[in-house]
Amino acid sequence: MTETAGTADGHGTQRADGDRTASVPRSDRAVVRDALGVGVAVGLSGFAFGVTSAGAGLTLLQTCALSLLVFTGASQFALVGALASGGNPYTAAAGAFFLGVRNAFYGLRLSELLHVPRALRPFAAQWVIDETAAVALAQSGRRAVRIGFAVTGATLYVLWNLTTLLGALGAAALGDPRAWGLDAAGPAVFLALLAPMLRTATERAVAGLAVVLVLVGMPLLPAGVPVLVAALAAPVVLALRGRVPARGGKGHGR
Amino acid sequence: MNVWIAIGLTTAGCYLVKLLGLSVPAGALERPAVKRLAALLPIALLAALTAQQTFGEGAALVLDARAAGVAAAALALLLRAPFLVVVGAAVLVTAAVRTLTG
Repeated sequence: MTETAGTADGHGTQRADGDRTASVPRSDRAVVRDALGVGVAVGLSGFAFGVTSAGAGLTLLQTCALSLLVFTGASQFALVGALASGGNPYTAAAGAFFLGVRNAFYGLRLSELLHVPRALRPFAAQWVIDETAAVALAQSGRRAVRIGFAVTGATLYVLWNLTTLLGALGAAALGDPRAWGLDAAGPAVFLALLAPMLRTATERAVAGLAVVLVLVGMPLLPAGVPVLVAALAAPVVLALRGRVPARGGKGHGR
Repeated sequence: MNVWIAIGLTTAGCYLVKLLGLSVPAGALERPAVKRLAALLPIALLAALTAQQTFGEGAALVLDARAAGVAAAALALLLRAPFLVVVGAAVLVTAAVRTLTG
């Protein structure tokens, strides 16, 4: 949904100094505080999504359906952005889907730690996103991991959907979202997600090439296609670089 | 109708990858090449989306108040600001530049 995973950079889990030592499980209260901090901060940005989605021409029902059902912010912003720029539903959904693929890798890491009972898996899956992974993976001990995941997930799910609704309702009252600068919310969200990922030269090269590809592609290709073409920057740079050892090994399976 | 198709596809796709991650045995996606590509793919997409939504006006490229807003967001990120502040900075600066430049 938003950045914060790979929280070595101080985003997301805002923990007080000195209330955590590496091997001692933290108190439940400390975990809950982390989870609420992330949940509230990011949950509120659902407002920007609601306004953006309404501004892109989606109905109230469509906007709320996205937050309830998709519940992974970057994909939601990408989808409404693509639809707003006139993309067809298939390329728009493809872009959103590829962004969502990273959640599979969070799930891999989390499943080892959470040990979700089989019956709960379909429900827990909906909450496997950047923030829940960031908070949960920062804990030590299964109990803390579970509390972190559940509290972050619940807080975010409730707030994100509530603020989406408010944003979509408020969009009409706001008039032109551009006058309020809300058309900058989407790219700012993407940038906030992107920033902590740019640790190595390979990662920066991928980002740079993707920017070039999309800017060159936009005037030339149908709406929605340039972003998918830009995604090719990842395999292209990998192929050119050959086998560069991935550093930043503390990232969460990204 | 087109929008509902897009919503349906995105919902199904995004949910299935989440469930897949929680359900497959740990070794399945642990190949180095897969992991590296999986790490780099969101970087390419996010960088492209940032550029597209900062400079895109339909199919045309424009330089407007959004660029100032996103630059403000970048500065906030460099200063380690929390997520909400980053987004807020982008929105406020964009609105301010629009107001000033009419």
